[in-house]
Amino acid sequence: MSIATAPVELPQPRKVRQSPKELLERPLAILAVVGVAMAAIFAVTPLSGGLGWAICTYAGFVGADAYDNYRSHGKVVAKDRVATVLVYTAGLCTIVPLILIVIYVLKQGLGGITKAFFTETLESVGPADPATVGGAKHAIIGTFEQVGLATLLATPLGLLTAVHLAESRGRLARVTRVLVDAMSGIPSIVAGLFIYTMFVLKFDQGFSGLAAAMALAVLMLPTVARTAEEVIKLVPDGLRESSLALGAPQWKTVTKIVLPAARSGLVTATVLGVSRIAGETAPLLMTSFGSDGVNTNPLHGAQSSLPLFAFQRVRAALPTQIARGWAGALVLILLVLALFTIARAVAARGRKGP
Amino acid sequence: MTDIPTADVRIDTAVLNGGPRPAISGGGSLRANGVTAWFGKHCIVAGVDMEMPAGSVTSIIGPSGCGKSTFIRTLNRMHELIPTAAMAGEVILDGQDIYGAGARPALMRLRIGMVFQKPNPFPTMSIGENVLSGLKLAGIPCRNKAEMMERNLIRAGLWSEVKDRLNAPAGALSGGQQQRLCIARSLAVSPRVLLMDEPCSALDPSSTMRIEETIREISHQVTIVIVTHNMQQAARVSDYTAFFLADKGDPGRIVEFGPTSELFNAPNDPRTEDYIHGRFG
Repeated sequence: MSIATAPVELPQPRKVRQSPKELLERPLAILAVVGVAMAAIFAVTPLSGGLGWAICTYAGFVGADAYDNYRSHGKVVAKDRVATVLVYTAGLCTIVPLILIVIYVLKQGLGGITKAFFTETLESVGPADPATVGGAKHAIIGTFEQVGLATLLATPLGLLTAVHLAESRGRLARVTRVLVDAMSGIPSIVAGLFIYTMFVLKFDQGFSGLAAAMALAVLMLPTVARTAEEVIKLVPDGLRESSLALGAPQWKTVTKIVLPAARSGLVTATVLGVSRIAGETAPLLMTSFGSDGVNTNPLHGAQSSLPLFAFQRVRAALPTQIARGWAGALVLILLVLALFTIARAVAARGRKGP
Repeated sequence: MTDIPTADVRIDTAVLNGGPRPAISGGGSLRANGVTAWFGKHCIVAGVDMEMPAGSVTSIIGPSGCGKSTFIRTLNRMHELIPTAAMAGEVILDGQDIYGAGARPALMRLRIGMVFQKPNPFPTMSIGENVLSGLKLAGIPCRNKAEMMERNLIRAGLWSEVKDRLNAPAGALSGGQQQRLCIARSLAVSPRVLLMDEPCSALDPSSTMRIEETIREISHQVTIVIVTHNMQQAARVSDYTAFFLADKGDPGRIVEFGPTSELFNAPNDPRTEDYIHGRFG
C-alpha cells in the first residue's frame, strides 16, 4: 500500500499572534484616559508641572492597565502585565537618552564636518574665522596615537591578568581581583595626576602623547582585565577537562583551547577598554596638554586629541569655535563606532562552527 | 546507617586470575587499591579495590550519588583538579602507581584517557584538527597527519560519515557523532586505558548503539572502564561489572564486583539483585 499519492493540501497557517495595532490599542486607550484624568486632577488641585503630570500618568497607567487585565484575565496575567510594562519602560529609559545624545551631537556637529576638518589644523586660524576654516587633523592624529599606544600597553597586561584571575586558583588571584576592582574605581583625573607627577615631572619629560597613553592605560587595564575574565569564565569547563584529560599541560590548555574559544569575547573586552578611554579628557590635561598644530611624535612634546580639542573649543566664547568642538565630538563618536564595528567583524570571522 | 562493612566487598578470585575471557594483548592493566576520595570533609567513595585487566571492558553501575563518577575521575587524576578534592589509596597502571612520587599528572592522563558525559569537541577546530588535538596539546610529533586522522576515525566508527568533510567545524556534527569524535580524539594519543564517564547518557538510542559497537571494537586495543546508568548497556558491553552503593550519609563502596554474566545472572549480594531488577535506585 502506498501512502497518499494525491498532493496533500497544506492548511493555511492560523493567526496566533496579535498585530502591534491590536496589541497596543487597549493600553494606548487606557493611557489616554489616565492622561486626561490626571490633567483634570492637576487643573482642580494645587498639583502642577509637566513632569509631575507625566510621572502621575505613568503610575496611574501601570495601575489601571494591571487592573484592566486583572478583571478580564486574573491575577497571574495582571502580574505578568505589570512586569512587562516595567521592563519595556527600563528599555526605553536606556535607549532614548542614547538616541537623544547622538541626534543632538549630529545636529550640532554636522555643520562643522568639512573636508578641511580632516586635512587642516588650527595653527593659522584666527578666533573669528568661520568654522569651515581650519580643522582637527592634529587632534585626530593625536587620538589615534595615544589610544593606540594605550591599547598596546594595557591589552597584553589586561589579558594576562584575566587569565590569572580566571584560570589559577588561590589567594593571589583573589587579592588581584580586589586590586583590579579598586583600580577600576580610580577617578580619571587621579590617573592623570599620577602620570604627571611620576613621569612628566619626575623624569623631566614634559608633556607628551606617551604620558597621555600611560594615563589612559591605567584606566583601560581594569576594564579589559575584568571583562576578559568574565569571558574566559564562560568557556565551558568540559573543554578544559577534555584538554587536560588528553594529557595537555595547563598552559597549553589555556593558550590552545580556552583563549581561542573565548576569542570573540576577548576582542569585545579590548574594544570596551578602548571605548572606555577614547573619550577621556581629564587625564590628558596634565599629560599631553593639547596643541593647535600637528605633532606626530608621541614621545615628545604636547599633542592634541579629539576629547581635548572638543573640550577646549567648546569652552571658547565664539560660536564658530563651539561649532568646531561639536564637530570634534561627532568625529570621536563615529571613530569609536567604526572601531566597534570593525572589531566585531574581525571577531566573527575566523570562528568555526555554527 | 553504617551497615555496609568493608569486609563485605567481594572480589571474585576468577577475576584476579584472568576472568572468563582471556585478556587480549593491548591496553594496560589497571588496579585500584583502597581508593578513597573526598570533597572537602565529605567522603564520597571509600575503600575501592578493583582489578581492571588489560584489554577488558569493566563497567561501573549504581544509583546516582554512589561515587561512580568520582571514583573513575581518580583513575586518571582528574579528581584533584577540583580545589577541595582529596584522595587516598593507590591506582596502579602496569605496575606503576600513578600517584607515586615523580608521576606527572599530565603524563598519566596521556596514558589514561577520558571521554565525558557531554560530547565536547573543541569548537575552534575542524573535525580533523580535533582528532589531532591531543597530539598537539601533549607535544607529540605526528609525521603522517592524514593517516592518523583516518586510522582513529575508523577506530571510533566515524570515518565513513566524515571523510569528505574533515575540514568542517566539529560543532556541525550531531551529538552522537561528536561523542565518537571525542573517542577518536582520545584514541589518537594511544592511551593504555580509556575511561568513559556515562558516554551515552546525552545520546539517542541509535547513537548509543553505535558507541557500544565502537567500544566492543576498540576493547582489544585499549582497556576500557565505563560508568553507566544503563544496566542493559553494562550487560551488553562489559566483561566485568562493579556495583557501587552508598547509604545515606555514608561514602559509596563496592557491593559486588565480578564477571558481568555472573553479576547479572547470579548476584551474590541481595542488594545487587534488588538493584538490577529495578527494585530501588
